Amino acid sequence: MRRAMELKVTDLACARGGVPILEGLSFSLASGEALLLRGPNGIGKTTLLRTLAGLQPALAGRMSVPAESLAYGAHADGLKAALTVRENLMFWARVYGTRDISQALADFNLEDLVDRQAHSLSAGQKRRLGLARLLVTGRPVWALDEPTVSLDTDSVALFGKAVRAHCKAGGLALMATHIDLGFTARELDLTPFKALPESTGGYVRSGFDGDEDFT
Amino acid sequence: MIALLFRDMRLAVRAGGGFGLGLAFFLIVTVLIPFGVGPQSEILGRIAPGVLWVAALLACLLSLDRIFALDYEDGSLDLLATAPLPLEGVVAMKALAHWLTTGLPLTLVAPGLGLLLNMPEDAYFWLVVTLLLGTPALSYIGTFGAALTVGLKRGGLLLSLLVLPLYMPTLIFGAEALRRGADGMANTTPLFMLAGITLFTIALLPFVAAAAVRINLR
Repeated sequence: MRRAMELKVTDLACARGGVPILEGLSFSLASGEALLLRGPNGIGKTTLLRTLAGLQPALAGRMSVPAESLAYGAHADGLKAALTVRENLMFWARVYGTRDISQALADFNLEDLVDRQAHSLSAGQKRRLGLARLLVTGRPVWALDEPTVSLDTDSVALFGKAVRAHCKAGGLALMATHIDLGFTARELDLTPFKALPESTGGYVRSGFDGDEDFT
Repeated sequence: MIALLFRDMRLAVRAGGGFGLGLAFFLIVTVLIPFGVGPQSEILGRIAPGVLWVAALLACLLSLDRIFALDYEDGSLDLLATAPLPLEGVVAMKALAHWLTTGLPLTLVAPGLGLLLNMPEDAYFWLVVTLLLGTPALSYIGTFGAALTVGLKRGGLLLSLLVLPLYMPTLIFGAEALRRGADGMANTTPLFMLAGITLFTIALLPFVAAAAVRINLR
């Protein structure tokens, strides 16, 4: 069991390529909870996850992600084609200071593939390896971008099981996905938080409002 | 951090990693020079130190764009940036891995290629010393250039244009120290300048390169 923690986002605004796309976003997530991000393409699910992961700065608002706690899973799996499954996973295990990869291999049914080079894996197998990386990070907060892309139904079930186990152990999961993972989780539709087209950047908008608070 | 070093070195020597590429390029350039200049051995012997330095520098340049581009394409650069490693350390390790797989092997084979160019006997020792002192700077400056151009399509050409002028001080002092050493003159000053440039780049450029990577990942 992990100690209880909370992910809290208050009045967050983020931009992609200099264009504000989300604003006024607030939510919180406590230990053991999973949150599914919904919304049409381009609404800012990826941008929100990248902002939370610290890959890009927020335009405004506050977010409290406990330090050293977030594991980010992107569209791309970050696999090295010339390395074997074991080498790929061992690398991330050593980066995160964990040693044991056998549990992650078992949970994502990769045990028969350990000595195969990653370039010879199918798309779904690569994705499973990418998801197994989350387990070896040992991080409590998972921020996942479309984690089920190219997975078959059995693998989606494996993934759903891994997320449930992660939450049960006190972890948090934040996922942008359109697929039913086989368990009930809170959903957050991002559509109401879409940045208005006329607000092209914080300082321009403050010119209209006059009394914007910059703290 | 050590894991990253080993991963990058392993990737460099596996298929498509570009480890042999720099070495083969170095060899071919050096072999081409006598064909271009002609077979007079005293001329070849005189230009050999400079030729070997320029060839080593160009061979170093060849594999620079792989330092970050491949990690950027397959998404591992994002994951490394969110990993519990300082990005400055990641950059420094990648530069070190680049040196261990290009600069160091180039230094080790250079004396053999000196033989092909009829290099004077006294120059061999200084060839190895100057390359050993100078090539780390090439890798660290190159990593900085690679960090600036990460994410650009066809950034390799721009990378060469950015990095080659920055290589000039290393080349000037490296080749000068080698020439003076080979002629039996005092070469302490250029040698110290060369070592100074290398230490300066190792100390400073990982911070600059990490900042460039952060901006390019946004």
